[in-house]
Amino acid sequence: MVAKPRVAFYWAASCGGCDIAVLEIREKILDLAQAVDIVFWPVAMDFKYQDVEAMEDGSIDACFFNGAIRNAENERLARLMRAKSKILVAYGSCAYEGGIPALGNLSNRAGIFETVYSGSPSTANPDQSRPRTSHELAEGEAELPAFYDTVKSLGQTVDVDYFVPGCPPQAHQTWAVFEALLKGELPPPGSVVGAGQKTVCDECEHVKEEKRVKQFFRIHEIIPDAQKCLLEQGIVCCGPATRSGCGALCPTANLPCRGCYGPPPGVVDQGAKLLSAVASVVDADTEEEAERIVSQIADPIGTFYRFGLAGSLLRRSRTQ
Amino acid sequence: MKKISIDPITRLEGHGRIDIFLDEDGEVANAYLVIPELRGFEKFCQGRPVEELPRITSRICGVCPEAHLLASAKACDAVYHVEPPSAGKKLRELFYSAFYVGDHATHFYILGGPDFVMGPDADPAVRNILGVIGKVGVEVAGKVVEARARALDIVKMLGARTVHPICAIPGGMSKSLGAEERVHVEESARWMVDFAQFTIQLFDDLVLGNQEYVDLILGDVFALPTYYMGLVDDNNRVNFYDGLVRVVDPEGGELVKYAPHEYLDNIAERVEPWTYVKIPYLKKVGWKGFTGGKDSGVYQATPLSRLNAAEGMATPLAQAEYERMYETLGGKPVHQTLTTHWARIIELLYAAERLLELATDPEITDPNVRTIPTETPTEGVGIVEAPRGTLTHHYVTDEQGLVTSCNLIVGTTNNIAPMSTSIRQAAQGLIKKGEVISEGLLNMVEMAFRAYDPCMSCATHALPGRMPLEVRILNDAGQLIERLSQGID
Amino acid sequence: MEENGFEPRIIAFLCNWCTYAAADAAGISRMKQPLNVDVIRVMCSGRIDPSFVLKAFLEGADGVIVSGCHPPGDCHYGEGNYKTFRRMPLLERLLDQYGIEKDRFHWGWISAAEAPKWAELTRDFTRKIKELGPLDWQGYLKEMESKEA
Ligand code: SF4
Ligand code: SF4
Ligand code: SF4
Ligand code: FES
Repeated sequence: MVAKPRVAFYWAASCGGCDIAVLEIREKILDLAQAVDIVFWPVAMDFKYQDVEAMEDGSIDACFFNGAIRNAENERLARLMRAKSKILVAYGSCAYEGGIPALGNLSNRAGIFETVYSGSPSTANPDQSRPRTSHELAEGEAELPAFYDTVKSLGQTVDVDYFVPGCPPQAHQTWAVFEALLKGELPPPGSVVGAGQKTVCDECEHVKEEKRVKQFFRIHEIIPDAQKCLLEQGIVCCGPATRSGCGALCPTANLPCRGCYGPPPGVVDQGAKLLSAVASVVDADTEEEAERIVSQIADPIGTFYRFGLAGSLLRRSRTQ
Repeated sequence: MKKISIDPITRLEGHGRIDIFLDEDGEVANAYLVIPELRGFEKFCQGRPVEELPRITSRICGVCPEAHLLASAKACDAVYHVEPPSAGKKLRELFYSAFYVGDHATHFYILGGPDFVMGPDADPAVRNILGVIGKVGVEVAGKVVEARARALDIVKMLGARTVHPICAIPGGMSKSLGAEERVHVEESARWMVDFAQFTIQLFDDLVLGNQEYVDLILGDVFALPTYYMGLVDDNNRVNFYDGLVRVVDPEGGELVKYAPHEYLDNIAERVEPWTYVKIPYLKKVGWKGFTGGKDSGVYQATPLSRLNAAEGMATPLAQAEYERMYETLGGKPVHQTLTTHWARIIELLYAAERLLELATDPEITDPNVRTIPTETPTEGVGIVEAPRGTLTHHYVTDEQGLVTSCNLIVGTTNNIAPMSTSIRQAAQGLIKKGEVISEGLLNMVEMAFRAYDPCMSCATHALPGRMPLEVRILNDAGQLIERLSQGID
Repeated sequence: MEENGFEPRIIAFLCNWCTYAAADAAGISRMKQPLNVDVIRVMCSGRIDPSFVLKAFLEGADGVIVSGCHPPGDCHYGEGNYKTFRRMPLLERLLDQYGIEKDRFHWGWISAAEAPKWAELTRDFTRKIKELGPLDWQGYLKEMESKEA
């Protein structure tokens, strides 16, 4: 009898949604529990860091790692899980390309601390104290992991074998990845798995008519036609520059895609691709008109890189 | 001085750790609940268009994204000075009620419930959902799974996704409820009301029928009189989606009832150098340290707190259960934190009844669920009751609606101070002259903690059914002199 | 001006038919031009993907120029330059949000007959970048990665 594959799950800077997403395979979770040995899953089971540290290097067959690398503890665990795992999977947008936490790369540690611990209107902090990596309490010493200036993806921290996009990945895709793993049918390392090879637009049922727009609308400003392409109605939609796989979910609620499945195959920078796609629907014959129309797009960086700033070419903004 | 670390206690919007310090005599000097994680949403939401915040801030928590989505959308409504149409508001509440049923069911059966159903002294190996199944029958497991699935199906029907749904936007909902969809919701709601009643019956049989458990609930180790907070409607009845925040003192007298935009007059947050999470307290009472009582600004925001802070439930079956609970326990307010499990299933019943009311409201399928804002955006506060506490989002924008300030007081953090206090109390009761009752300490600390349903014990704490805990006792030189653990060796 | 001898690295993406021809002519007629500008020839300005510009900055450019044929009618491929003027204002705003100063990015039109205009652009642009100092994106990323609390 062949030994069951040993599988681990871990979360770093995450929201917990990726762990819930694993459970979203619903009754198949029992099949999974049958087919593999889950050796580490802090959210669901009683195992500790020490257990993992005690394992031999490479003794975990596959580790599904969600969450971004925001602090020193996240990085330590990324290195630990890499060392112990034969296959390391970046699961979900945060691990894959920084996710929402990577919007923090529009600021830095000092900026975030200033806002959270001084600037916020409910904060009462006359002494301007800040969390410290090491602090002497009356009763003893307390420690905190160092908070980084820049959020990194898992792949920017350690070598990663597979990437599963999505915030969070959709259940049918997660299951497809588990199946491929169990059957030994995973593609070559370095691949994106649990997603399609096209764009969200290719899966979307909203009809495209090659229309151009004279005006962009923000989502609260317009009630769109539920049958037609949102982008062609002037709502910035990330579908054209986002990898297929979710089934074009967000447009089914009459709201635009925000790009959580990351760039489509062959695209190096999702934001740049999206910029071109959005510009392509601008109905302008003069420079002035083009300028006027695109000036209605509210927040290019936060929209085009909503889930992937850490994984973008420039990775972060320049701050003082 | 000794230091005991319980590390890590898995998730609380990040990872958590408990440090218990002993003094020279081996008595508990203090206990700290340390949250070593911060993601900085308050900063990186600045510069974003405010209408995108519901979809961004929901990523604070994948366990209760619905709560963030709605608090955020309500803050956006206020920023744009817009009222959603009546059907839009009702649809938001319908969506939220469905979520509540799923979340409370998960917590009761999978997280907190096993402590009761199996009893706290049961072998930890059976103190989990599997043990519950063994004791009360396998059909229970099926029902819990079905409750969750039905709830999530409604969430997805409206919100497009089960985790991180997206349907709430400034001015209302992005999607209305179709006639066929409504039939489906109504059918589920009826099922859920039955399920909630079944749950209460189960609780009666297994818990209230057993004096040992009742004694445990009412025991002193878990009593923490503080202020209590919860959202109430016009008649001071519990509401999850809308209303005023009511705070009562440890004797049950009303301290204040405030509208969302008045939160800054009422809540302040402390910064401590040993944790990344800020600690909220009642501004008018003031910060007196990690302690309960009328002079301390520490408050709780849990299911029990909501029941304490209100004067009743807005639906008939839940109201009857509300009355019965307080009668059984000898009046209001109740301070025993473990009672929150009971309060939670009363809320479960309320959520199911409310869902049914809304699903059968003639207006609910009205396609007019959005108002387009026309006024210049300025500033707004949105508050909902998250399952784990009152949730406040506060945004200020420029004239373009780009965020210049974003302030968030999230569910679980409300309870950081009382959790720390409960943990210290539990530890004080269990550590005398440096002597530790090993399994007892871990169990009790865990139960004190879990009663709050902190996000770290999120919906998935499923398989072995108890939290991995480790207590390390260190001497002055930082050397390990004793190690107690569960779920580790 | 040449304090501490900073010699900026400038990348210019030029369309083959207009601005590249102008740059070529400027070189042949030995117009005064700084040596800082590296020209990358593309067939049409409409082929300049915004990611080229980002990549140039990532890989060490202190400034980037994009230039093609005058609209409306000069583009050899019809409306390639329309694409450009629909994209570039948006790219400008994006770069601004990245914290890259406006003066580090120039886009516009120079026809084959406007060699002196090209020479002047390179002189002005280089002077401005010298004033701004180095961008050094890689160095900045390293610095922001290593800085821990
Ligand atoms: S990818 Fe999305 S769901 Fe997963 S941890 Fe990150 S924010 Fe949460
Ligand atoms: S742009 Fe958006 S709405 Fe249009 S087809 Fe693509 S995904 Fe669908
Ligand atoms: S539509 Fe876009 S944002 Fe929505 S789930 Fe799919 S990839 Fe993610
Ligand atoms: S050929 Fe010069 S811009 Fe198209």
